[in-house]
Amino acid sequence: MSSFLNIIVSIVFHGLAYAMVLYVISVGLSLTMGMLNFVNLAHGVFAMAGGYAALWIMKTQGTPFVLALPVSALLVALASIVLERLLYRRLYGAGELDQTLMTIGLIFMATAAAHFAFGPLPQRVDLPPAITGHFLVAGRDFPTYRAFLIAAGCVMFLALWLGIERTLVGARIRAAVDNRSMAQCVGINTSRLFTTVFALGSGVAALGGGLGADIIAIAPGYAMEHLIYFLIVVSMGGLGSVTGAFVAALILGIGDTACKILMPEVGAFFVYVAVFVVLLIRPAGLFGRAT
Amino acid sequence: MARGFRLLELLPWLALCALYVFLPELLPLGTQIIIMIIFALSLDLLLGYTGIVTLGHAAYFGVGAYTSGILAVAGWDGPFTGLAAGAMAAAVVGLVMGLVILRTKGLALLMLGMAVTLIFYELANHFQAWTGGADGLQGISVKPIFGLFEFDMYGKVGFAYAALVLLACLVFVRHLVLSPFGRSLVGIRENATRMTAIGVPVQQRKLIVFSVAAGIAGVAGALSAQTNQFVGLNVLSFELSGTVLIVLVVGGAGRLYGAFLGTPIYFAAQDILAKGDPVYWLFWLGLILIVVATFARGGVLGLYDSLVQRFSALYPAQLKRGNP
Amino acid sequence: MKMLRKITFGVVGLHALIVAPALAADQVVKVGMILTLSGPSASLGENIDRGAQLYFKQHEAELPPGIKVEIIKRDDTGANPDIAKRLAQELIVRDHVQFLGGIVFTPNAAAIAPLATQSKTPFILMNASTSNLTRLSPYIARVSYTQWQTAHTLGQWAARNGFKRVFIAVSDYAAGVDSEKAFEAGFAGEGRQIIGHIRMPQTTPDYVPYMQSIKDAKPDALFMFTNSGRITTAAVKGFAEAGLTQAGITLLGPGDIASDEELDNMGDAALGTTTAAIYSANNPRPENVEFVKLWKKAYGEDTVPSFMAVCGWDGMAAIFSAIKAQKGIVTGDGSIRAIKTWINPVSPRGPIAIDPDTRDVVMDVYINKVEKVGGKLVNVTMETVRNVKDQWKILNPQ
Repeated sequence: MSSFLNIIVSIVFHGLAYAMVLYVISVGLSLTMGMLNFVNLAHGVFAMAGGYAALWIMKTQGTPFVLALPVSALLVALASIVLERLLYRRLYGAGELDQTLMTIGLIFMATAAAHFAFGPLPQRVDLPPAITGHFLVAGRDFPTYRAFLIAAGCVMFLALWLGIERTLVGARIRAAVDNRSMAQCVGINTSRLFTTVFALGSGVAALGGGLGADIIAIAPGYAMEHLIYFLIVVSMGGLGSVTGAFVAALILGIGDTACKILMPEVGAFFVYVAVFVVLLIRPAGLFGRAT
Repeated sequence: MARGFRLLELLPWLALCALYVFLPELLPLGTQIIIMIIFALSLDLLLGYTGIVTLGHAAYFGVGAYTSGILAVAGWDGPFTGLAAGAMAAAVVGLVMGLVILRTKGLALLMLGMAVTLIFYELANHFQAWTGGADGLQGISVKPIFGLFEFDMYGKVGFAYAALVLLACLVFVRHLVLSPFGRSLVGIRENATRMTAIGVPVQQRKLIVFSVAAGIAGVAGALSAQTNQFVGLNVLSFELSGTVLIVLVVGGAGRLYGAFLGTPIYFAAQDILAKGDPVYWLFWLGLILIVVATFARGGVLGLYDSLVQRFSALYPAQLKRGNP
Repeated sequence: MKMLRKITFGVVGLHALIVAPALAADQVVKVGMILTLSGPSASLGENIDRGAQLYFKQHEAELPPGIKVEIIKRDDTGANPDIAKRLAQELIVRDHVQFLGGIVFTPNAAAIAPLATQSKTPFILMNASTSNLTRLSPYIARVSYTQWQTAHTLGQWAARNGFKRVFIAVSDYAAGVDSEKAFEAGFAGEGRQIIGHIRMPQTTPDYVPYMQSIKDAKPDALFMFTNSGRITTAAVKGFAEAGLTQAGITLLGPGDIASDEELDNMGDAALGTTTAAIYSANNPRPENVEFVKLWKKAYGEDTVPSFMAVCGWDGMAAIFSAIKAQKGIVTGDGSIRAIKTWINPVSPRGPIAIDPDTRDVVMDVYINKVEKVGGKLVNVTMETVRNVKDQWKILNPQ
């Protein structure tokens, strides 16, 4: 019995850590898709870029991990602004087909560029000694890094939630998500808001990519390989909802891990069946607004 | 029935004949192109004509491939019966899936379609005894076509067979889109609410076209199993769903012949760009996709249309109606 | 006049006699290499290609006079049997290759097999590892390895070395299942148990929970097979992170899980991993020292050849030997006859030969352990098992 309890604890703990990484990466996508109604399949590219940037900065400049993360996030956010102005802007009115196509094209280009710059193998991660190793709680030892991820994810969730629900900017974002034209009528500069949200979403994704680099390895195929998971988090959680993405990431992270460990025979199916069921019952996602 | 038949429509067939006669070493490539064209045609029915955007169409290709493959290994190896079996299995699966997922739209529909394909992929990987799993389904043999033409190493019979199947599919799809049913699909794409208002059973029509499109995708899959005499897990992959979408949009969706244009362009681009350094052909493909999505929305056919418009504006032969 | 004509004809005739054979003997033997060079498994194909190209450059001069070899490379982009088959068809029909080689994934090889038979083209496998592949065509020969040579040998070694309780965890796909069965067959016996089996989905996000449940079962060792590359790195790291090394559990596996080029990425988590491998970059054989030197010179001081690179090298060596044996007049049947009886005592990995009955490779299998030597992680050979044949074919005669 105790052994079973052990496994459950392990599943919840590690599933949570994985869920947090998924969350931090995907929440930006939920916001941009909710606000801009833009099918941005290339969101994973920003996470990947954040991972590569953080690791590269650490390796070549000797910057510590905790500093390299926000720096790389900032760099990616700035780069995303450029991309948004140059490219994404042109397709805001276009149908989801063209948006899908363009963003798939972006994924391909980014994959090839990453392969060219860094080679095909996954990047090695040298975590700072402070967060490696284990710590003891109630007789079990837990990896410090995973605990760090859980903490970081919760902090991010709280920060975003407060930011969206309690600030003026957040109110404007919520208004634009609910009804863009009305928001414009009221005088909100939606164009600038879009760019801000896009940069925020991409920056946070970059942060997630760097944070989770030891769990979700940084390799050229990153954006395509994990696309499905990011999309599942977003569609299951509901577009434009910070809380929805959090809950969906939890279900996914813990549920996926639990099923793969406890029922390996059918474990691989859980994720797909879960999204299937949720979207059938609530097509707008768990916390989405039905249009 | 050659409703509104235009001479231009003979062009693809002339090209295929020319390929057979003048470039026989390209026939294996030609066969794969034909299979992809059939697959893209089926997607066009859904995407181009009815406006159902899906990233999970490979599921039906895969169902068709594995059905005809497994039957062939078990001894039912007639070519046309294999195609029929693949088509029917895929159409039935399409009907069932359609009942479930067509109640949604937009992102939810996209995700559900993907989920179905991913589930089928895992199923095929899991039931190794039936499908060969990751190692693939071996031992598929196909009886000679019409009892006369055996599949050969050079791919000549395979090519001619595939071309025949393509002709049949094209005639069918063309008839369908030119019929009142087909016209109503376009109406559904443009404004489903209005269509309901005028009494068109929208859900029923969507379901029918979904099932038909799945069936034709199944034909393409069965054809692939027969001409390759092998089925791998890649027939159910997300990559395949993506490729057929790209191929269709590059050619021009909703135009019937977009599939005929987009497929050879994609394969040719791949052949040329990958020769240099296989890894980086992705870069050029990505660039092409971005350019097409941003500047050439209707694909190649759309570009052609706008060119024709520009040119006819240069030298107008007639005065505008109503002006002296 | 008659004299002049005779002399003219004589000179012309002599000239023709001298020049003609030289012209006629200028022959290009084309080798078609079908590899996975893009996508997530690109590094696998890349390594085989590099090994093959390296052999080619080193040994070009040994070819019979007037014979040149041309390598035509094609990318099958992954486990895509339809693409691989089409590429093979084109290589045979369009480019008129006289040898086919390469292949990372088993389904690709299986799809090409009937073509090799129909066109009588020798098809040299340089990685695809399912045992029955060489039975699919009399023109197929393999120089790489099968799980029934590596995992099986490891099972026998584990049995000999006091392991009693072993847990098995493999990636849930055909090769993983193959590896599992091979190990079990080698390990089975009195007093020994497999205390658990897990098949891990290839899309597993996190291996630590698996590892913890394995730790709780308290085995002596964990036998693991995972897809090469990112998945293996994640799994090995998970092993260490869950504390299995500290709990005294040995990580066992075929050489695939401790590939020389990936060791650096895995870091110290890989220490102690014991594998049955066909190659170690650390092997002190003079042929290997030379090989590694050549490799580093060609591809960079901080790169290391892996077993896949050696398979590419050996595959090209087999092809060259067939060309040399036929003195440049290359036919399909002649080539496969030559390769069937090929013996190569000077391969970088150790002495290898092709078994004429099965056309599969016979070689030494090394029991390697990952240790830190001079600050770098390397595979150190503890024991060598000589002349290992593919057990599956022995257990399943045709």
